[in-house]
Amino acid sequence: MINSFISIAFDGLAFAMILFIISVGLSVTMGLMGFVNLAHGMFAMLGGYIAVSLIREWGAPFLLGAPLACVAVALISIVLERTLYRRLYGADELQQVLLTIGLVFMGIAVCTFIWGPLNVQLDVPPYLKGQVDLGFRRFPTYRTFIMLISFAVVIGLWYGFERTLLGAKVRAAVDNQRMAETVGINIRRLFTLTFALGSALAALGGALGTEILGLTPTYALEYLVYFLIVVAVGGLGSLRGAFLAALILGVVDTAGKYYLPAFGAFFIFAVTIVLLLWRPQGFYAR
Amino acid sequence: MEQPAYRNPLRTGAVRPTELLPWLAAALGFFLFPDYLQLGSQILIMVLFAMSLDLILGYAGIVSLGHAALFGTGAYTAGILSAHLGWSEPLSGLVIAGLVAGVVGFVCGAVILYTRGLTLLMLTLAVTILLQELANEQEHWTGGDDGLQGVVMEPLLGLFEFDLYGQTAYLYALAVLFVVFVAARTIVGSSFGQSLRGIRENERRMHAIGCPVYRQMLRAYTIAAVMAGIAGALLAQTTEFVALDVLSFERSGDVMIMLILGGTGRLYGAFIGAPVYMILQDQLARLSPEYWLFGIGALLVATILYAPEGMLGLAERYGVRARREAP
Amino acid sequence: MSEPLLEVRNLCKSFGALVVADEVSLALRPGARHALIGPNGAGKTTLVNLITGTVEPSGGVILLGGHDVTRWSQARRVKHGLARTFQINTLFRGLSVLENVCMAISERRAVAAKLWQRADARADVIAEGMELLESVKLDGDARRLVRELPYGRQRLVELAIALGLRPTVLLLDEPAAGVPSAESHVLLEAVEALPESMAVLMIEHDMDIVFRFAQRVTVLVQGAILTEGAPAEVGGDPRVQEVYLGENAELHGGRR
Repeated sequence: MINSFISIAFDGLAFAMILFIISVGLSVTMGLMGFVNLAHGMFAMLGGYIAVSLIREWGAPFLLGAPLACVAVALISIVLERTLYRRLYGADELQQVLLTIGLVFMGIAVCTFIWGPLNVQLDVPPYLKGQVDLGFRRFPTYRTFIMLISFAVVIGLWYGFERTLLGAKVRAAVDNQRMAETVGINIRRLFTLTFALGSALAALGGALGTEILGLTPTYALEYLVYFLIVVAVGGLGSLRGAFLAALILGVVDTAGKYYLPAFGAFFIFAVTIVLLLWRPQGFYAR
Repeated sequence: MEQPAYRNPLRTGAVRPTELLPWLAAALGFFLFPDYLQLGSQILIMVLFAMSLDLILGYAGIVSLGHAALFGTGAYTAGILSAHLGWSEPLSGLVIAGLVAGVVGFVCGAVILYTRGLTLLMLTLAVTILLQELANEQEHWTGGDDGLQGVVMEPLLGLFEFDLYGQTAYLYALAVLFVVFVAARTIVGSSFGQSLRGIRENERRMHAIGCPVYRQMLRAYTIAAVMAGIAGALLAQTTEFVALDVLSFERSGDVMIMLILGGTGRLYGAFIGAPVYMILQDQLARLSPEYWLFGIGALLVATILYAPEGMLGLAERYGVRARREAP
Repeated sequence: MSEPLLEVRNLCKSFGALVVADEVSLALRPGARHALIGPNGAGKTTLVNLITGTVEPSGGVILLGGHDVTRWSQARRVKHGLARTFQINTLFRGLSVLENVCMAISERRAVAAKLWQRADARADVIAEGMELLESVKLDGDARRLVRELPYGRQRLVELAIALGLRPTVLLLDEPAAGVPSAESHVLLEAVEALPESMAVLMIEHDMDIVFRFAQRVTVLVQGAILTEGAPAEVGGDPRVQEVYLGENAELHGGRR
């Protein structure tokens, strides 16, 4: 009983961390530009696929392959932002939704073409396999590793957001765009930058999370809803909100699937509806 | 008294000759493609479904990613009526399904239409997935993942058997589509329809001129729900089967894409978008599903960037230009 | 003296520590031409939002035709004769000019809820719309889409929509804002031609317009009323001059 409880908490936490890493970029860019980007899940998926290829086919070591995949996805996202997204800033959300859905469809087709329709997994190096003893209990090494990386990302993000000039600019722009512009912040460039960073983080989550989320071409749609929930429930542009929402979502989803598997994702959506009706603007509204 | 300049033919009462075209095409299709009548009825059903989405999206400006919730409610209502309750008379089944979907639409709408933007988007989405999970779990009633079997239909009006070639089904769907269309056309041409357009164009101003915006939106949502429920019920009745995907996110997405391709806010967009989408899908997916997916994605991106008003909007733009250039 | 059509008593509103309305009191009688002036950020538009009901006051009372409407919805206040225009155009850009004004007329006539009546069959609504457009000299543009009109004409549509409601109390938020001075006379003529019995409150920056239009002037500074009186009195008030000159001095980087 206690044992299963601990392992659910552990797995839920690992899932939550992956959700957070992937979604946080979406939250910040949506808060910043009000752009409903449904293609964010595709960036996570691309991160996973590119990392798999780098490691399996190009023989890159794990600790190099994953970061390289992030860089690749960041570059791809910059190209898309400059050529497509930019045209729809300030357009209504329906157009943004449809443009990015179109991108997702194309992305799914391309990924199926290159990597095939079946589930692909990242090859984990030997030192991350097996279990690790944390004193009171043994845990899977790889998931422990995911959590460590995630905590590092959380701390890094918090520091970047709260303590650097870039972070201050982003916060100012999310808070009040017109004001930020009048004090000389270049919103467009700031957005490109955060967009690339957010996409890179999504790629990182996508690459690290293949063991938890799996990796098939429909990933981009399948998990999109989860990422969007984190953003909407957490509140646009809120780091704390996204973290809290990811935590709730990850743990509730894992527990729900464990205890009441017949209900599938029922709990998540019930909880989402209740939370959104309770706080329509999310936990930490602007 | 001068007549106002209405660009949209639906805003004048008179029927224009071009309005007969889709109906003519549908009638011709019956005789020209006897082997494709099943696809044909499905196209007609999706036209109806897309038209119902147009009412809330194109007229009232409510962006919903969960319109399948109402379609699926109608489909399961009609299916369960026949498979479990032995109620297999099609017309009454259709009406009941429409009403049940209307009630569900009213209740959901009453709760979610207080919100806007991403929150509204997420709520429509979450409600659909919730219903799908529920349908999946209630296997006894819905057949779960395997779909609802055992739906049978009595002859239409007690006279016309649903045949294997789908002739009755096609004509049934066409007739229902026509009746609902006439109702929808009247509604969007009414003062109420005009008021919805105002909400889409500028909600803030509608508040300022004393419009009870929430109430108008809820009414539109409920009417659209009835229409979507009827479309879903038609699918259940004509295929005598209900699959779980009637409630899927994909179906919500499909219908929205159909509407956008055709053009929103003009009812007839659905008549262009749904056939184009479904015939392309039928042909391309036969080659390879990836081609289809890539093609539709690219078409969508191109539409948004170059023809945000859809094919009908494009045609109108060139039509207007041609008319202006003519003396 | 007749009863006020609109009366505001001790209206208060604050957002956190920021006070935007501080014990504001005003009364508009039939035929009133009242100007509301004050430096940027004085809370003028907030006051309009409070009166129309888009912002809920933290304290105070709003009376419309003698009814306490403080807790009423915006729509209900409109039905009781309150209309407003916006400082930034708030129009139905994708519809024709005539459709824009008809939107307000059908709301007023309470036909907007009808599902089965054709919009264009309502010849009377359209006739009234055309009449209204003629009165503000917009009839030539009736068929055009609002978004195709030049800005100055759009400002006229902004006013015409409000007039379609046939209000007893009209709140004008800088009606001539952003209109080149060569074109603003059309707007001012329309404002001057408003029905005499209507009570009008106008937010305005341009003192020339205020002197030409208003019988009374209220000066708002940091959410509170600094003074109220006839235009000449207020214009000569040293405190008012200081507020405006002070602002100018700051603008030119003179002080501090």
